[in-house]
Amino acid sequence: MRPSSEPNSPVYHQPNYLGHETSVRSWLLTHDHKRIAIMFLGGVLTAFFAGGVFALVLRIKLLVPGKFFISALAYNRLFTLHGVTMVFLFLVPAVPSVFGNFFLPIMIGAQDVAFPRLNLLSFYLYVTGAAIALFGMIWNGADTGWTFYTPYSTTTPTDIVPVLLGVFLVGFSSIVTGVNFIVTVHTLRAPGMTWMRLPLFVWGSYATAVVQVVATPVLGMTVLLVAVEHAFDFGIFDPARGGDPVLFEHLFWFYSHPAVYIMILPAMGVISEVVACFSRKNPFGYEAIAFSSLGIGFVGFLTWGHHLFVSGQSTFDAGVFGVLSMLVAVFSAIKVFNWVGIMYKGSVSFKTPLAYVFGFLFLFVFGGMTGVALATVLLDVPWHDTYFVVAHFHFIMVGASLMGFLAALHYWFPKMFGRMYPERFGIAAFFLVFLGFLVTFIPQFLLGNAGMPRRYYEYPAHFQPLHVVSTVGSWLLGLGFLLILAYLVWSLRWGEIAGPNPWGSEGFEWRTPSPVGPENYDETPVFTHRPHAYDLVEAAEYRRRELGDERD
Amino acid sequence: MTEATHLEPHLAHHYQSLAQQTHAARLGMWVFLGSEALLFAALFTGLTVYRTLNGSVFALASQHLSVAFGTANTFVLITSSFTVVLSLHFLQAGRKGLSLFFLVFTIALACAFLTIKAFEWLHDFSEGIFPGPYYAQKELQLPGAAMFYTFYYLMTGLHGLHVVAGMGVLAWCTGLVARGDCHAGYETPLELGAMYWHLVDIIWIFLYPLLYLIT
Ligand SMILES: [Cu+2]
Repeated sequence: MRPSSEPNSPVYHQPNYLGHETSVRSWLLTHDHKRIAIMFLGGVLTAFFAGGVFALVLRIKLLVPGKFFISALAYNRLFTLHGVTMVFLFLVPAVPSVFGNFFLPIMIGAQDVAFPRLNLLSFYLYVTGAAIALFGMIWNGADTGWTFYTPYSTTTPTDIVPVLLGVFLVGFSSIVTGVNFIVTVHTLRAPGMTWMRLPLFVWGSYATAVVQVVATPVLGMTVLLVAVEHAFDFGIFDPARGGDPVLFEHLFWFYSHPAVYIMILPAMGVISEVVACFSRKNPFGYEAIAFSSLGIGFVGFLTWGHHLFVSGQSTFDAGVFGVLSMLVAVFSAIKVFNWVGIMYKGSVSFKTPLAYVFGFLFLFVFGGMTGVALATVLLDVPWHDTYFVVAHFHFIMVGASLMGFLAALHYWFPKMFGRMYPERFGIAAFFLVFLGFLVTFIPQFLLGNAGMPRRYYEYPAHFQPLHVVSTVGSWLLGLGFLLILAYLVWSLRWGEIAGPNPWGSEGFEWRTPSPVGPENYDETPVFTHRPHAYDLVEAAEYRRRELGDERD
Repeated sequence: MTEATHLEPHLAHHYQSLAQQTHAARLGMWVFLGSEALLFAALFTGLTVYRTLNGSVFALASQHLSVAFGTANTFVLITSSFTVVLSLHFLQAGRKGLSLFFLVFTIALACAFLTIKAFEWLHDFSEGIFPGPYYAQKELQLPGAAMFYTFYYLMTGLHGLHVVAGMGVLAWCTGLVARGDCHAGYETPLELGAMYWHLVDIIWIFLYPLLYLIT
């Protein structure tokens, strides 16, 4: 179980978690967190490409102000499909279930997550839920948007029940993953892995897990209530029967605002790892970054009311929720300043993962600032339900979460598959995605500010130029993702052999061979310091060079 | 990984010691129970909101529920929580027979709970108490009454499903104890099963006054 000592030796590390057993059964019934992570990767990427195609199709319709290409009902279904797929089937599980599953145990020196069988259950819950939701949407698609607002969602003639049940199951998958991560971090840390030595990705995942466990059951119950009401006509949220649709909004956003942090906290964890590795600098403000994750997780539960500014909320409530929402920006800014602090005077190498960090920083700051603007009641009232909001949350969810996902995918690809991706293509694809993103969504800020409402099939002719620019941007984005898919698939087979640590990273996961061995470590590691301790490396190198000291 | 793996039959390969594994199992159960409680929290929130909106009607509607059935079931469930603790106690004391007896007794109490619940629902149906638009009780025709019964059926229904799940868990524990896979010195499965059963009990203890005893 020794990795080859040659960094670029053609000898693949044997045995590794990919190759030590090859039967289909050994994959489908595996308890290995790494294999479950790879299966999740397949699942979320499928969801991502499906959701992307739905978006491309509906952007084509929006090239023309009037009727074009698809019917109004098909358009409504498509934006629902796009939203549900991207939020529940891609963004929520993307980083925790794939990279969290794969790297969290390795980073804390554990052999697996606390409950491997539940981990597998989480995967099958996800697959079943995703299949039911996608089938339901394509069969007699829901046309409510991903927010399922009542009373429309409880009375729509389209068949919404399977979609809701699918979301319920996927939610349970998320809860199970959350429980697993919390317990893993509490009980399976290797000797010397104290809380204050936890890698920042683990801190981010831990905060996410808490939010998953606390918020998701409320969403599960809420979508079940909508399903029950749609199926049996109970009138729980129907004002005609004494129900209160605003109650639905409260319950829904009690989950769905924290869900934003389920999507972004693990991505922030990725950024912290990547930025330290590619600056060869110790994490600056480690404690601040770690605790601001918990801070965001906590404050995130107190802000849901900012979605109800125009739902008859009292002025006082709106003010309180507005101020609490702005608090999130304080914690986020703490992180951003510290990340920049890590790069300051570091020896920065501009590789693809770091390129995505720059993308993340730019888009996240932009999205965050517009978020503060939207949390201001007076500004939100005219912007509410316009393209401005759409552009804002795409800056956060795509701009930040997806950039974090892609940074993770490129950074850890060598560790997961033992091969490198082609760096030049990586950078080229980054610029394509980044440019495509800006071209798609900056016009949407302008459209929203000019009064273009979201989810409308037709629009006034004078909005057309901006819509055309946005659609062209979506093609650039699509092209960028296709390029990434193409070279990553190519690299699986023909990429250069990576060796255990191609980035020279001091993250603990890089102490394992590539691809990782079936048991992660040959023997339980003992940790003596924080990850990314480049000052220790520099000191050791100095001793070797100047003093001829061979100690490590 | 370590030799302990082969010496300790209940130890999974990725744990170093049984103490560590038990700690993990307990913590996992606590976190899961917290999550389960939040599942019901959405319903409790809804009930509270609608009760605030239709206070007096909810009180009137509540009086049409059978307090006798509800109270009987409360006693049954509290007793069952006690018997499951006795079962764990006797397992720890190494008295497998008594432990099994109290486990089966707990499951029997759970059956009794469901039976009483079924009779109660039948009784409600006979009075025309149905959820939502099917509500047909003659004596109480006020806006908001149907909403109370909708929540009554949703909450007791979901709780009933948890009782069934809990019975499944306890039956599985019975199997483990009977086969000797859960014994004095390794009580974790029964301990976790009992924790889940207590949750089912506690939720009922909140449901009972909120549904039956509104004034
Ligand atoms: Cu929000």
